[in-house]
Amino acid sequence: MSTGIGARVKRKEDKRFITGKGKYTDDIRGDNQAYAAFVRSPHAHARVKGIDIAAAAAMDGVIAVLDGKQLTGDGIGNIICGWAVSSKDGSPMNMGAWSALATDRVRYVGDAVAVVIAESPAEARLAAEAVEVDYEILPANAHADRALSKSAPQLHDNAPGNLIYDWEIGDGAATDKALAGAAHVTEMALTNNRLSPNAMEPRSAVAIYDASDEHYTLYTTSQNPHVARLVLSAFYQVAPENKLRVIAPDVGGGFGSKIFIYPEEITCLWASMKTNRSVKWTADRSEAFITDAHGRDHHTTAKMGFDKDGRIVGLKVDTIANLGAYMSLFSSSVPTYLYATLLSGQYNIANIHCNVRAVYTNTVPIDAYRGAGRPEACFVVERMMETAAREMGRDPAELRRLNFVQAFPHQTPVIMAYDAGDFDANLDQAMAAADVAGFAARRKEAASRGKLRGLGYSSYIEACGIAPSAAVGSLGAGVGLWESAEVRVNPVGTIEVLTGSHSHGQGHETTFAQIVAERFGIGLDAVSIVHGDTDKVQFGMGTYGSRSGAVGMSAIVKAMDKVEAKVRKIAAHVLEASEADIVIEGGQVKVAGTDKAMGWHEVGLTAYMAHNLPPDMEPGLKESAFYDPANFTFPAGTYICEVEVDPDTGETEIVQFTASDDFGTIINPMIVEGQVHGGIAQGIGQAMLEQVVYSDDGQLLTGSYMDYAMPRASDLPFFSVHNAATVCPNNPLGIKGCGEAGAIGSPPAVINAITDAIGNNNLAMPATPQAVWNAIQAAK
Amino acid sequence: MYPLKYHKAASVDDAVAILTKGDSAKLLAGGQTLLATMKQHLAAPGDLVDIRAIAGMSGIKAEGDTLVIGAATTHAEVAGNSDVAKLCPMLASLAAGIGDPAVRHAGTIGGSIANNDPAADYPAGLLAVAATIVTSKRKIPADEFFDGLFTTALEEDEVITSIRVTRPKRAAYAKFRQPASLFALVGVCVADGAGGVRVAVTGAGDDGVFRHDGLEAALAAKWSADAVKGVKVASDGLLSDIHGSAEYRANLIRVMAGRAVAAS
Repeated sequence: MSTGIGARVKRKEDKRFITGKGKYTDDIRGDNQAYAAFVRSPHAHARVKGIDIAAAAAMDGVIAVLDGKQLTGDGIGNIICGWAVSSKDGSPMNMGAWSALATDRVRYVGDAVAVVIAESPAEARLAAEAVEVDYEILPANAHADRALSKSAPQLHDNAPGNLIYDWEIGDGAATDKALAGAAHVTEMALTNNRLSPNAMEPRSAVAIYDASDEHYTLYTTSQNPHVARLVLSAFYQVAPENKLRVIAPDVGGGFGSKIFIYPEEITCLWASMKTNRSVKWTADRSEAFITDAHGRDHHTTAKMGFDKDGRIVGLKVDTIANLGAYMSLFSSSVPTYLYATLLSGQYNIANIHCNVRAVYTNTVPIDAYRGAGRPEACFVVERMMETAAREMGRDPAELRRLNFVQAFPHQTPVIMAYDAGDFDANLDQAMAAADVAGFAARRKEAASRGKLRGLGYSSYIEACGIAPSAAVGSLGAGVGLWESAEVRVNPVGTIEVLTGSHSHGQGHETTFAQIVAERFGIGLDAVSIVHGDTDKVQFGMGTYGSRSGAVGMSAIVKAMDKVEAKVRKIAAHVLEASEADIVIEGGQVKVAGTDKAMGWHEVGLTAYMAHNLPPDMEPGLKESAFYDPANFTFPAGTYICEVEVDPDTGETEIVQFTASDDFGTIINPMIVEGQVHGGIAQGIGQAMLEQVVYSDDGQLLTGSYMDYAMPRASDLPFFSVHNAATVCPNNPLGIKGCGEAGAIGSPPAVINAITDAIGNNNLAMPATPQAVWNAIQAAK
Repeated sequence: MYPLKYHKAASVDDAVAILTKGDSAKLLAGGQTLLATMKQHLAAPGDLVDIRAIAGMSGIKAEGDTLVIGAATTHAEVAGNSDVAKLCPMLASLAAGIGDPAVRHAGTIGGSIANNDPAADYPAGLLAVAATIVTSKRKIPADEFFDGLFTTALEEDEVITSIRVTRPKRAAYAKFRQPASLFALVGVCVADGAGGVRVAVTGAGDDGVFRHDGLEAALAAKWSADAVKGVKVASDGLLSDIHGSAEYRANLIRVMAGRAVAAS
């Protein structure tokens, strides 16, 4: 059976995971291990007037009680947002100071003010409860739409009116003019609900300080350990990079929430030095709800204009984006360059304008969460398209088709240049698979059972890879977004691939090995993937934005090109042939058209023995590459959701969900389908179940699974997943990326289906039974 | 969890003695609410008295037309018991719908009703069939036992030992789940049994489980799903929270009552 590109190879890493042999951060035990517990604000907004540690410090097992003044006194820097976004008047964004441990003011429930280091987790936690913090409670606001009002409490002195930036993209005047001349304008107010990430493994950190050479090791739940080391060194001054090793071992899910550097990792490193002990912290689920960066929380009004034939003439969008109490690492980019640049959807739209005001509120910081900006854009565009079709009496599929981009490359008015796609093919494939033609009969049959049946579309496009570096740099990114790889061929021919991508559920140990095994004609078991350790891998930008395939694997291909070139030279020398005649296949390196050959393992041995190498060739067989793509990649597709609503209760069942995706080249269809399933499940979670709710004064009302509804298997149908691909022209494998598409494309399909069923377009996410029932009553 | 002393009671008297003398002592049956609360540091009993090993505390037997269910009997045992299936299938299906398999194999009927969570299933079921709660001191009719949110008629040193349910002519329970917790957003039990025609509602009342006069009158007049359709269910006195407004819960009470009757 082939194990190469396109093969459904079972995941190599699963034996480890399903037999309980995975090694996660909390499984690590440092020498002289101590444990951290954080003292957290129970108030959404308060002045810290004093901290009394006397009682806590005297408790059993307590090693130290440390606070923010000590932390800043030791020169630990403030937490920063690494992507500079300027307001339309040219002024820089208003980044409020964020210390890992608050010194004078707390700004959300969960904001850390002190940390207890103790001999056991239980002793640390008990002592943390005994730390007495004198708070002067201040007025608080949790809601983005209130943040800009005069009555809202001010969070940061350098952000008047709680405004972080007032940013725009596109031509406002031209868009206004186009809308003024439109034959029809659809106008909607849309809220993209706030979500909590809920990775199965909570965040964790084990900091190990070695006083003898002032060296730190940090085991942590990170999607990008090198970025963590860079930020911890360059901005937080924890230690120079050569004195700080960051290891992200097995990581149980991230969804974006483990990209960022949080107060806890910084504090554990510093506390390890302060106490000369290894310091471990692992969040419990309650702590995860109040510290992991949340996602979404957009409040948007939008207008989409059409000419008399149904062609879109303009789209104007105004969004308020909640960034929470402080600016997290990439928070600024999510509601701007990862959002508004996708507002053209799959459509020819000559005029687009989007204005975004990002605001502070007394809530957990908000940052990238699976899709990051693109689900919000897709939701705006696809809800508008479906609603416009209904208002104009047009078929929603045909309205989309009429406006589809047909020719590539296609320059949108909002930066993105789409490189390839066949949007008709995805729409056709999805419609056939979903049997749209039979829907009317199914709706009638459902009605006979008292059920309201509806069908909704979503034709999504997204941008993956987040590259090239120079382009994102010009947009304000504080990092380059390339990837690195190193391919080490051992003397016996086995291969280790060191990659800067990080696997936390994506199956890289399998898919990355597939492309290497195929290239060199060796077995999958002869290839090992090494990642997640800054001492092993030279550098890497990590895994997010569905970039590990398009960018990470491309770097591996580039390194393999170099290995292959050297192998050809060695084989040509040994076999006394021309390099051009060398063929690598089936575990052999051959001279084409002859019976001359050497085993793959013999090439490695030759390279390392160095007894018979071409003149001037260095011994060894190891090559590395840095790959910086030429463009974003643009996965796209059409999702069709079919629902049945119980009008008595508002309960909605998804009876059919059909996906047709274009991910470019697919390395392992089984893993890609798994990504689609997971993404759709997350999208359905957002559409029907999940919602972070704060009270007006900033208390989190959904702080556990008793109140925050996660999707369960019983909430989901069997997914009908299909693939109609065009090859991405901008990377060597033709990959576009698949990690986020499901979460991006599915929410509008679900809401469009429910609104179709109930005959009321005014339905907010999540479409809980209560929300659907209310919408049914309102339509009566 | 705060440090505490764990006791394994050998008898009811033993349990009562520790309960009386202990430091904020609490009984441990299935622990499905208490342990989670203790882990979150929201409860801090100094003494914990495990009553599960007391002889006769768990198990189900039939005495003629009456089921006697030990207080420490798990939901899974109630759900799978043949006497329950014969005498009061409503109770078996109610128990089978509590929580998830892990909860059902640890949680107990006595623990559930002593906690009297306003969204728990058993209070509605037991109130509808006019069950009797037998304790270390006395027999308490269900009507007197459930006394508001997380409150019962139990005294500080009183231990539930069993629950007695007399076979109803017909009964059924219908639940609409809160999407996150899967507890009852509204659960309605309809029964025609020892207490006459009763409709007991859980999940919805702002003072815990309650009987609904209007629905009872309609069903007493005519036991049919159609009979409840015309009944007005007011939203006064109903809970309103992020999962359901009082108006929505009022609607669900009527809908679930109809479904329960249809299933009875």
